[in-house]
Amino acid sequence: MFQQIIDRRLAGKNKSIGNRERFLRRHKDQIREAVKRAVDGRGIRDMAQGEDIHIPRRDIAEPIFGHGQGGKREMVHPGNQDYVRGDRIERPKGGGGGGGGSQASDSGEGDDDFVFHLSKEEFMQVFFDDLALPNLARTTLAETPEFKTHRAGYSSDGTPNNLHVVRSMRGAIGRRIALGSDARRELLALEERLIELQTAAGDQTEAIAEVEAAIAVLRARIGRIPYLDPIDLRYRSRVRVPVPTAKAVMFCLMDVSGSMDEARKDLAKRFFILLYLFLTRHYERIDIVFIRHHTQAQEVDEQNFFHSTETGGTVVSSALVLMEEIARARYPTSEWNIYGAQASDGDNWHHDSGRCRELLANNILPLCRYFAYVQVAEEEQNLWDEYSALSAESKAFAIRKVTEASQIYPVFRELFKKEGAAA
Amino acid sequence: MSAVPVDFDPMLRRAMRAADIRPPPRAAEPLPAPSDWSFELIERYHERIKATAERFGLDTYPNQLEIITAEQMMDAYASVGMPVNYRHWSYGKEFISTEKNYRRGHMGLAYEIVINSNPCISYLMEENTMGMQALVIAHAAYGHNSFFKGNYLFRMWTDASSIIDYLVYAKNYVADCEERHGLDAVEALLDSCHALMNHGVDRYRRPSRKSLAQELADRKDREAYAQRQVNDMWRTLPAKPEKAAEESSARRFPEEPQENLLYFIEKNAPLLEPWQREVVRIVRKVAQYFYPQRQTQVMNEGWATFWHHHLLNTMYDDGHLTDGLMIEWLKSHTNVVYQPRVGDRGYSGINPYALGFAMYTDIKRICQNPTDEDRHWFPNIAGSDWLETLDHAMRNFKDESFIGQYLSPNLMREFRLFAIVDDEKQSELEVSAIHDEQGYRRVREALSHQYDLGSREPNIQVWNVNLRGDRSLTLRHSQHDDRPLHDGAQEVLKHVARLWGFGVQLESVNGAGDVTKRWSVPAPPP
Repeated sequence: MFQQIIDRRLAGKNKSIGNRERFLRRHKDQIREAVKRAVDGRGIRDMAQGEDIHIPRRDIAEPIFGHGQGGKREMVHPGNQDYVRGDRIERPKGGGGGGGGSQASDSGEGDDDFVFHLSKEEFMQVFFDDLALPNLARTTLAETPEFKTHRAGYSSDGTPNNLHVVRSMRGAIGRRIALGSDARRELLALEERLIELQTAAGDQTEAIAEVEAAIAVLRARIGRIPYLDPIDLRYRSRVRVPVPTAKAVMFCLMDVSGSMDEARKDLAKRFFILLYLFLTRHYERIDIVFIRHHTQAQEVDEQNFFHSTETGGTVVSSALVLMEEIARARYPTSEWNIYGAQASDGDNWHHDSGRCRELLANNILPLCRYFAYVQVAEEEQNLWDEYSALSAESKAFAIRKVTEASQIYPVFRELFKKEGAAA
Repeated sequence: MSAVPVDFDPMLRRAMRAADIRPPPRAAEPLPAPSDWSFELIERYHERIKATAERFGLDTYPNQLEIITAEQMMDAYASVGMPVNYRHWSYGKEFISTEKNYRRGHMGLAYEIVINSNPCISYLMEENTMGMQALVIAHAAYGHNSFFKGNYLFRMWTDASSIIDYLVYAKNYVADCEERHGLDAVEALLDSCHALMNHGVDRYRRPSRKSLAQELADRKDREAYAQRQVNDMWRTLPAKPEKAAEESSARRFPEEPQENLLYFIEKNAPLLEPWQREVVRIVRKVAQYFYPQRQTQVMNEGWATFWHHHLLNTMYDDGHLTDGLMIEWLKSHTNVVYQPRVGDRGYSGINPYALGFAMYTDIKRICQNPTDEDRHWFPNIAGSDWLETLDHAMRNFKDESFIGQYLSPNLMREFRLFAIVDDEKQSELEVSAIHDEQGYRRVREALSHQYDLGSREPNIQVWNVNLRGDRSLTLRHSQHDDRPLHDGAQEVLKHVARLWGFGVQLESVNGAGDVTKRWSVPAPPP
């Protein structure tokens, strides 16, 4: 009988992935709702994680015909201790199963939710569902349009112009030595024998002729080893490496003046995080520049950006000036996609707002792919007015007001609606 | 009669007699027993197990052992143990909950999965130690395998050689339908079919054996023919009025109640399209394939457990196994056959491994060392050749009849079995019988009954179709000991209505023939 042991370990992991997809698809509404809740309620640092999704049991139940409680039935159980025939036992509560534990678990009518873990990717998939940045078509379509050729050693296959002569000849020498060595050794031995025979006494003509014939054969064999064989040829190998042009830099501008309290900062934080997460979907490399400002602007690291407290007045334009400086110095638009995200409570020194608008319109927006402004307060001040006027003119500029965490998600949907679906 | 397979020949399948077996000389040294397995070692152990199994005349399909990872084991769990299956969200649900429980350590995975196919595929998990692999090979590749090949239910209902091919076909067909008719349509259809899966089997009629090629060739004809039949039945040409009236009272459809709901729907549902009929058929076929497994849990697991126990012990006696390896598999073995007592934590009914293993062991004991009691209860087998008797028991029974036939008083005492009657008319439960002289028969009967699928699952049949009126379908539930249906029935009926295309009623009828409860679902919106 033919028997075999097959190693299947490398084949087909995740065979159930199709089934899992179908499961997610079936419950996409609940999942979407859960993700929305998660985005509203979560701490920022935990944003890029999976999420436990709860689905009520009844929604995933697969009904079948089954027996219910009641009627008469006889069950056999093991492990009788002191019952005798005719004993009467009080009916156990919560089920007439006569102590039958299986009954209770089989029915699966429990109210517990079915809980499962949505992976980070799936979470993000749902989160970013049908979002795409405007004006992005060019960059997205040509995700890796540029190639750079690199040398990558040698290969045995290539075009003649890449032939590497030295390498090829070196290989040929080695091959000739290796292939001819036996024959040459034999030849040497025969030649010695020939000399011996020639110098020996007596009639050796027959033996000499024999050896000479053998020598001739060997010489011919050595002569037939090709000088250069196709297998010797080596070519310079060049590989085309895609150059990711999809690099983006995201400028986070935040007002840290006294009027920005913790709650407002928190809203701003979420706004930045969401934009960042969104960019990670589209760009291989993302730089983030944090600029905080009160009356003066300053480039800081993330920790200081979110967690240090400052007080003082507010001059928004200082941040815009700094942003432009940094962008011009470090992020040429030929290589970088520049995104700006600004959060503020709308408070500004009133003579400054007009200047902000000019800066944005003339200097910054031409550099940027997109600039989003979020005002984390309700009241409209002069900065809001100036920006509203600007946003009406420019497609790459959007402004929104946000007053609580649950509003951020819808804001994003509006900010980055798919092209064509009215911005 | 020429179509009868050769191995039905009684001469060929005569069991080997234990008396004929001569033990081989003792091995010089045992097989190496490191904790890590290697392909070479598995090969050597397998050879030895195979030789031992052949010595006892175990008749099996050829074996195919496959090494898989834990993830793959979970994949296999999710698709009801089959290596390939059509896609459905419920399998995804199964996978997710298995994975979750496994990751949190709530459950260990089974050591093995074995597929009733030819060749018989056994999965060995990569995490298993060498000792466990040996156990799994003896258990699955020889125990279960010989059961699949020998038991009459499997011989009758499943075709081991074509199941994998059929599932591949089913998977492709369903995928094809998804493409042509949309994921939602197929999903809804499969949901409805799954709801009726347990009622999609022929319980008594034996199916014809068909190869996959035949199935495929027949499919086209069937689609055309079935549609014609259905059209014919639902012909709405106006008949002569007086004749119609006469006919409707005379003709009843179906003429006799039908137990196989899916079959009835496949053949008669008026609005199903040909592809939908084919999907119904696929679900029905798969249900039918698993039907014997549901009826032979105790026998099948018991048989495999008995044989891994017997084979490995014999190998030990022959000097092939080390003490350490024995301890290792015996530990798993005792876990598997542990039977908690009623009231213990973790008690969830009778453990089929424990009961089955104990019964086969007990039969062997009755053959070898019968007591007077055994001679009285089992005059035919007491003192007979144990191998022949066991073989006979494995081949010709299902759980219900196996217990009814072979459960001995000795075993009832050992398990301390007792029966409890739960009657809703009484305020208390009553102990109807225990393991004593007056109770043996009653306990045995009750336990046997407990394994009767007919009493475990509600008996629901197609009762009537209103051919001339609203085309509604009436199902009838015949109550068993007045046990009602649970509340899920209404939901299931919605699925029936979706398949049937018109309104559906369900009547629950008690022992006296009175309808005690009715459910009704209107026709689904078109």
